[in-house]
Parts: sequence; structure tokens; C-alpha cells
Amino acid sequence: MSISTDIGVWVAAFFTLCIFSFLYKDNPFYKFAEHVAVGVSAGYWFVVLMKETLQPAVFLPLKQGRWNLVPGPLGIFLLILPVIIGLLLFFRFSKRYNYIARIPIALIYGIGAGPTLVQYLQNSVIRQMQPTMIKISFASWDSFSEVLIAVGVVCGLTYFFFSKEHRGTIGGVAKVGIWTLMIGFGATFGFTVMARVSLLIGRFVFLMRDWLGVIG
Amino acid sequence: MKKFFDRLILIDRRVIFLLISLSVIVPLLVKIELPLEVTPEVRRVFELVESLPDGSRILIPCEYAPDVMAEMEPMLYAILRQCYRKNLKVIVTALYPTGVNLIEKELRYMADQTGRKYGEDYTYLGYRPYPAAVILSMGQDFRQSFAVDFYGTPLDSLPMMKGVKNYKDVGLVLTVNATGGTEYWIIYGRERYNFPLAIGVTAVMGADYYNYLKTGQIVGIIPGLKGAAEYEKLIDHPEDAIRGMNIQSIVHLLIVVFVLIGNVGFFLSGQYRRKK
Amino acid sequence: MRRQLPLTITFVTAFTLAVQYFIPHRTFEILYEVSQVWLQIVGAFAMVLGIVSLWQLHWNKARGRKPGWGYSVVTLVCLTAMIVFGFTGPTKLGEVKAGGWIGPFNWSYDNVLNPLSATMFALLAYFIASAAYRAFRARTAIATILLLSAVIVMLGRVPLGDVISFGLFSKIANWLLYVPNVAAKRAIVIGVGLGVAAMSLKVMLGIERSYMGGE
Repeated sequence: MSISTDIGVWVAAFFTLCIFSFLYKDNPFYKFAEHVAVGVSAGYWFVVLMKETLQPAVFLPLKQGRWNLVPGPLGIFLLILPVIIGLLLFFRFSKRYNYIARIPIALIYGIGAGPTLVQYLQNSVIRQMQPTMIKISFASWDSFSEVLIAVGVVCGLTYFFFSKEHRGTIGGVAKVGIWTLMIGFGATFGFTVMARVSLLIGRFVFLMRDWLGVIG
Repeated sequence: MKKFFDRLILIDRRVIFLLISLSVIVPLLVKIELPLEVTPEVRRVFELVESLPDGSRILIPCEYAPDVMAEMEPMLYAILRQCYRKNLKVIVTALYPTGVNLIEKELRYMADQTGRKYGEDYTYLGYRPYPAAVILSMGQDFRQSFAVDFYGTPLDSLPMMKGVKNYKDVGLVLTVNATGGTEYWIIYGRERYNFPLAIGVTAVMGADYYNYLKTGQIVGIIPGLKGAAEYEKLIDHPEDAIRGMNIQSIVHLLIVVFVLIGNVGFFLSGQYRRKK
Repeated sequence: MRRQLPLTITFVTAFTLAVQYFIPHRTFEILYEVSQVWLQIVGAFAMVLGIVSLWQLHWNKARGRKPGWGYSVVTLVCLTAMIVFGFTGPTKLGEVKAGGWIGPFNWSYDNVLNPLSATMFALLAYFIASAAYRAFRARTAIATILLLSAVIVMLGRVPLGDVISFGLFSKIANWLLYVPNVAAKRAIVIGVGLGVAAMSLKVMLGIERSYMGGE
């Protein structure tokens, strides 16, 4: 057993144990660690935003006096304009002029909504419906599976169709749909357990290997 | 008997926490080795990387934070080992802000382990916000979003980035992703620019992407620590993932036992009848 | 004007960018690329706004000596310290001289932020186990299907499951993942896709205005 002599590892172990202390009950150590996490995380985000986003995207081209995407003075203007629009967001703190902050928000929503409309229709709807439109065949296990998938998709979508009451045939189809969905959710739960347990193992490996040195 | 089960299902949850802790600690101290089967979806990713010609470029967008480091780090290490063994040139982005420095540390660690040189064997482009926007712009030219790399060096100054313009110049995009950005890579990347896309995701997300595998929108999945363990087996370099899977087996079995005991207790204690 | 101008901006940008998808002309491609860079820049300011709001929240709490104000001081100190570290010292390992100290920013990231984030998520394993024991009940046929599917996947995806079932669990788990799970997820993805497209259309046409806040 060779316990770590690195102060950083001890600090990391301290914070790890502070968070784990919540398992016993809520306590000041946990609250302290939680608030440290919020502060450090927010500070980190701020630095990354400034240095990794605004610096290369705005400050660097302005310093060089040119933008690769749109050459000439028009390019510089098109770089300064979003900075001004972005700064309008801080009018949110003004009681009198906070409506001005709607402009950059509207721009974000507009730039987001336009391509999203087309691409989600193409990729999440059409591209998913295409492989479901299969030739019905029971010739092999694979083709039978494809039929099962197609049936499952139709039944699942029927379950989500609430414009008609789920009675009679529609009710029966919706019932098969909810069974299919439950299998999917069960699989997701199984994977979720797997994921969380993996993270727990990671923390114990850190404590027992990197901090206490009881395992290799 | 009914009283026993009544008490059993109302047991203090801290007892459960203790049992879970022990089920992790004991297998860590007492080494267990269990056989591991490789699933087809992981093998496909491995074989696709193996099929890339020596010296070709691979784009590995890494989008995860320290929260899920335990799952994603072994995955990234296994992938990088294979890439470096094949002498592939690795381009890495980090489109999730809190993971930026973590990815840098991991790349440097693996470069030290394998004797790789920055700018010649791997390049780290760093972070830009709005992954969808970045993915779309990279389809035109990497330099639109990444005029410089993480260290402020213009891309054209890096030997391995000469002649690399967009996705057409990389052999594979293999995203190691713990965010919703995985879907962006499918929707805004693969579907628009039609490059081969494989994904490494957390286990939580794993079940959701088999659908895309079926439609052919992705070529393979590496799901969570299990996927990382399978990848370590394929590259014949057992590390943290394979160790983790052996422990994971014990914990899963314990949780299944909890579920069974909980249900047996529920039905035998009479609660089922009372609730009905 | 206070509502009309933002709604107009949303409509014009959304409509233009939706239509440009179908026009294979270089000008429209550049327009699209410029819009994505604008999104990154304006988006960065939105994130900064969030951090400023966080500062404001904790500052008011500390100043007003509200319950738990001590913890707000902790948050403010950590936030300020991290920002100061970020602008006065190295923030990348590549900026550090060989053999030199990594700097307070990198040190805090490695030894404070990383373990805190990782451990918070690791806690969930305990709560999942507790929930599995206390709440996961096969009360109805649907719940039983969900439970069985979860148990099969949990055991089928770990080595021990194969050992105790002679490979049966993993075969069933694979079938579950490749057939009914795909059907379920595909139905959900189609539903979500239609929902997202409908919401985007509503945002574009100004029917959905909640993002603008109150008057």
C-alpha cells in the first residue's frame, strides 16, 4: 500500500468523500462541495467561452483585419454585428429596456429553427420511415425481424396518436405499441444502470488506486 | 413470514448503499477474470478503423465532461491506441465546454505512452459552441470554425493538416460522445455530407442508437464501459475497461437480486393484495 | 414594435435558412455559414449572461444574509478565483513549460472540478440500486415487461450473465436490442422528429412566443 503524497490527489479525494457523505445524510460537507462545484464549473465555462470561442472567432480575425469566410470590409462588419447583437442580451438586467434583449434571442431562435425544421424532417422522419417500408417476407429470420420492427413502429406510433380513443382495433394496436415501448424502456433502464455503475467503479478505482494505493 | 418480508422491503436504504459499495470494493481487491464476448456493433467499428489505409486521417470528435470520464476515457484510449498502431493521423475536437481540458490531458497522456508528436500524428482543435453549427461548417471547411487549433496555431502550419479541408479528406468520423451532440453528428453531419460515422457513447445513450445502426446512418456503436472493454479485447490491450466490466458483473447481479427480493417481498408481504 | 421586431427577425432568419437548404448556390451557402458563426458568437454571449445571472443570484443571497448565504460566498469565491486563474496563468497543458507547474487553472480543473463532477454522477448508481429494490415492482403486465427487459439487458450485457446462463442472456439481450428496442426507438424518433419540426414551424411563424418572455 503506497498512499499518495500528491496534494492534488488528496484534495480530489476530499471532495470525492464530501459528495459520498450525502449517502449517509445531507450535511455541510456535501453542501460545501456542491457549491464549490457550481462556482468552479461556472468560472471554467467563462474562461473557455472567452478563450475558445470569442478569441478565435472574433478577436483574432478583427486583430488580423480580415475574415476568411467573407473577405474585405463587409467581412469585418459581419463579425462586429453579432458582437453588438450579443451585447444587447445584457439589457435583460434593465427594468426599462429589457425588451431589447429579445432581439438576440429572436436571432438565435431563428437561426436554430430554420435548418432544424428541414433536417429533423429529413433525418428523424423520412430517414426513419424509409427502412420501415419493407417488403413483407418471412423467408429468413432477418426478414421476419424486419417485419416485427415495422409492426412495432406502427403500433408504437399508434399509441402516441391521441386524436382517436384507444378502443377496439385502435386500442389493441396501441396496446401492442405500449408493450414494444416498454421493452425499449426496459433496455434503456438496463443500460442506464450499467452507465451509473461504471461511473461508481471509476471513483472507487481513483480512491483505492490513485489515493490509497491499495490496488495496482 | 409476512412480517419478515414487510421489514425486508422497508430496510434502510443505507444498507443497500453499503452492499453496493462492498460489491465494488471486494472485486477490486480480489481480482476476478470473466470471459468477454465482443458484440457485432463494436467489432464493426474496430474493423472499419483497421480497414483505413496507413497514414490516413480520422476525425475523433470528443464531447464529454469529467462526469462520464470513467466510461469514455478507456474508450478513447483504446481507440487512440488502435489509431496510432495503424499510423493514422488523428484530428480531435471537443465540442463540449467542460471537457476541453480533460480531452487535452488524455491526448497528451496517450501521445506520451505511444511516442506520438503533436501536429504530425495528432491535432487538437479544441472547442467551439453550438455543435450543430460547427458540424455544418466543418463540412465546408474545418477552418471556418477552427481557423486555429487549441493552442492558437493556424491549421496550415501543422504538417498533418495540410491539404485537409473538410470531411472528404478524412477516412472516418468516430465520435466519442456523451451528449445529445451524437444526434447532431448524424443529422447535420452524416446525412448532409455522407461520411462514414461511428459512435462511442455512454451506456445510458447506447440503447437509443441501435435504431440508427439499423438504418445505416451509423456504421457501429461502442456503448459504454462494456463497449470499451470489448475494444480493449480487440486491440489486445486490457486496461481499466476490462477490469471495470468484471466488477460491473457483480454489481449488476446484486441489483438483479435486489429487484427479485423486492418483488418477492412485495408479493409475499401482502402489500400487493392491500394495494389491489 | 417590441414584439413585432423580434418576431420578424425570427421569421426572416428561419425562413431564409430553411429555404437555402434547397438552393445549391454559393451565395446561399455562405449566408448559411455566416449564420452559423453568428450563432456561435451570439450564443457565447448568452452563456456569459447565464454566468452573470448566477453571480447576481449568489451575490444577492450573500449580501442579504439569506439562509445558506455562507455557501453563496463559497460559490462566488470559487467562480472569481477560477476566472482570475484563467486569465493570469496557463489554461492549457501545452502552454506549460516542460517540468513546470501546470498552473492553478489546470490544477483546479484536475483536482476540484473533475472529481466533483464525476462523483456527483457516480452517486446515481446508489440511488438506482435503492430504487430498483424499493420501487421496481411487477404490478401490472406492462411493468413486468419493462422489468424483464431491464433484467435481461443488465445480465446479458455483462460477462457474468453469460457464465450463469450459458450465453442465453446475451443472445436474448441482443435480440431485444436489435428488434423490439429498435422498433420502440424508431417510433419515438419519428414522433420526436415530427414534434421538433412542428415546434420549429411554430417558432418561425410566431405562434410559439414563449422565448420572448412577458411584456
